[in-house]
Amino acid sequence: MMAVAALPPKRLPQKQTAWKSYSDWANEHRKWLFAAPAMIFVAVLIAFPLGWTLYLSLTDASGSVRAESEFIGFENYADVLTDTERFWPAVARTFVFTAVALTVQLVLGMAIALLLWRPFKGEKWVRVAILLPLVATPVAVGMMWRLIFDPNIGFANQLLGFVGIGPQPWLSGQYSALPTVIFIDIWQWTPMVVIILLAGLTSLSDEPDEAARIDGASAWQRFRFVTVPLLMPTIIVAILLRSIDALKTFDLLYATKGRGGGSFHEVETLNVYAYGLSFDYNDYGVSSTVLIIFFIIIVAVMFLLTRRRKEVQK
Amino acid sequence: MERRNSRALAMTVLTSVLAAASLSACSGGGGGGEGDAGSDTVRVTLANHVWTDAIVEAIPEFEEETGLTVEVTQLGEDQLSAQYNVQLNAGTDEIDVMMYRPLQEGKLFAQNGYLADLTERVSSNADWEWDDFQEGPVDSTTFEEQVVGVPTITEREVLYYRKDLLEKAGLEVPTTLEELEAAAKQIKEQNPDIAGFVARTGKSPAVTQFSSFLYGFGGEFIDDEGNSAVDSPEAKEAYAYYGRMINEYGPANVSTDMSWPEAMAIFTQGGSAFYTEADSLYQNATDPANSQVAETVGFAPMPAGPAGSKPYNVPSWGLGINEASGNQDNAWKFIEWATSKDMVMQIQQEGVPGPRNSVWQDPAGTETYPEDLAAAIEVSAENGVGADRPLVINVGEAREIVGDPIVVGITDGDVDAAADAADEAFQQFLDDERE
Repeated sequence: MMAVAALPPKRLPQKQTAWKSYSDWANEHRKWLFAAPAMIFVAVLIAFPLGWTLYLSLTDASGSVRAESEFIGFENYADVLTDTERFWPAVARTFVFTAVALTVQLVLGMAIALLLWRPFKGEKWVRVAILLPLVATPVAVGMMWRLIFDPNIGFANQLLGFVGIGPQPWLSGQYSALPTVIFIDIWQWTPMVVIILLAGLTSLSDEPDEAARIDGASAWQRFRFVTVPLLMPTIIVAILLRSIDALKTFDLLYATKGRGGGSFHEVETLNVYAYGLSFDYNDYGVSSTVLIIFFIIIVAVMFLLTRRRKEVQK
Repeated sequence: MERRNSRALAMTVLTSVLAAASLSACSGGGGGGEGDAGSDTVRVTLANHVWTDAIVEAIPEFEEETGLTVEVTQLGEDQLSAQYNVQLNAGTDEIDVMMYRPLQEGKLFAQNGYLADLTERVSSNADWEWDDFQEGPVDSTTFEEQVVGVPTITEREVLYYRKDLLEKAGLEVPTTLEELEAAAKQIKEQNPDIAGFVARTGKSPAVTQFSSFLYGFGGEFIDDEGNSAVDSPEAKEAYAYYGRMINEYGPANVSTDMSWPEAMAIFTQGGSAFYTEADSLYQNATDPANSQVAETVGFAPMPAGPAGSKPYNVPSWGLGINEASGNQDNAWKFIEWATSKDMVMQIQQEGVPGPRNSVWQDPAGTETYPEDLAAAIEVSAENGVGADRPLVINVGEAREIVGDPIVVGITDGDVDAAADAADEAFQQFLDDERE
């Protein structure tokens, strides 16, 4: 009787201790516990497709991803990295597209942001007009410019005709297509750079500028040695955001030049190439290889840019 | 202390529930119970086409007759292809009936097991009459002796021309490629703003229309042994001819990206005297709402080359059933109705050439067609070749390879060298595919 009566009080504290340590642990780690569902969700959404793509890139999967495929190691990588006909030109186009578009957007964006910085009459309307290209979807933008640049009935050539210049091939020319799509990208995305830089400019304090003015610095000197260095973190953010976007541009290129980036692959970037490999050639192994290499390139570029950003912030 | 414990418990439970919920959200809630056997809803995926417009208009009749509901998804050709690629690869059961291109994707889809075997179904209904379908189209929807699709639209390449320009130049309708070139040259010289000839120029889109020129010169994409034949003297002549016609007598500022909508637009806006294209698109040229040359457009059979007039004669679209669909019986009911004699007659009268012999033999089947077009179609059906592109599994890649010398010709490049390079690449492609 004694022993039976003695048992529960002995067990009860034990149970309580286990529960207590469990709840203490949960309490201590509650920020992780609450974040866990989102973290799992993101990990699954990113890790699974990435892992699957990596796996496909090591196989000869083609025709159907459900069909049997053979594990071929790094054969696809060797093939892709030695392909000077489609792959390397696509890499070059990707970078040319990004670098040229980004540079022009930064210069233009900075000029426009400086113009809009100080209040003036009709400022509101100018801002709205500048933002308009930004709200259109890239596919619609591509189709609109495709009509404008049509070699025979397009508005662009008619306009040139009025001023006595002969028709230009624009999008349809083998060598003019890439500059033309870069122009369209600049037209659409410069406003984004304007917004970012304008936000940066308006948050700057007036004091350094005034001090430089009192010291007799010219407008250019004040811009070069005061405004730009102070604005550098914002500029880097603009570069970061726009370069990620520009590197992975697909919709605009597809809407203007279609599959393969035109008959001579004249605007075929890595994205367009990978799409073609998957959706026209059903070559999932090679397509995945291109995408993995593209992924590595993007991560490397972003790594370099964020490191530069940290240096600037220091 | 107790309150703290219960709070921790609540937190843990909440966390687990959220985690479970997010995981189940990840799995995408696919499946779709509606696809179960005998669902009253038939999900049909169709391409944008005049045939589709006609069939969609008639669907209420089918719904009334059968008590079934038809859910139509309609997409552009490229989007349709991309959609199939994603959904069929994922084993979707959410498509029951699919409109597909037998020559472009037929082999690939059949080989991947995306298309249900219809062999028994096509012969089960004697009134529907499978034997009535033209042989060429039936061949294209048959894979390894299994019927996997029913042809819906057939097409042949014909010559579209401007009667007024020919009359003005005092020319007869060309019957040979040589005459066509001379006429295009003369008209271009007489009318500086009008091209003598226009056709598709995009590397891949041009391949199908180029095929009739290739056959006319006596060439072929693949020889009898299954090897590449795109560097044969005949093929080189055909490439050179097609390229020269566009480069020298084509529209000014011609692009190398034109598919039929762009080329047709140039012709229908009065920009060209001659245009070679599929007969199934003729309404674009004869409808005054779309065409400025509606009154003066004429049609003739594909002009003959050294090997004769050899246009392609192919089924451009067919209907198949998704193998993974759980609603195959009702899907078949839809196909049976959409390809019945009455329906084919009705749609053919609206301008879409069908695949049934009986409809072509019946004068009512061609009475709505311009007389010269009906005559051209009749000739083309007799001389026609059953393929307008290399018949391989990966047609997309093959078209790009054999289409390369076409664009090189259009831009006045070295066609011979391009054909040799294309031959080497195409042979490699064929060897790889055979492995």
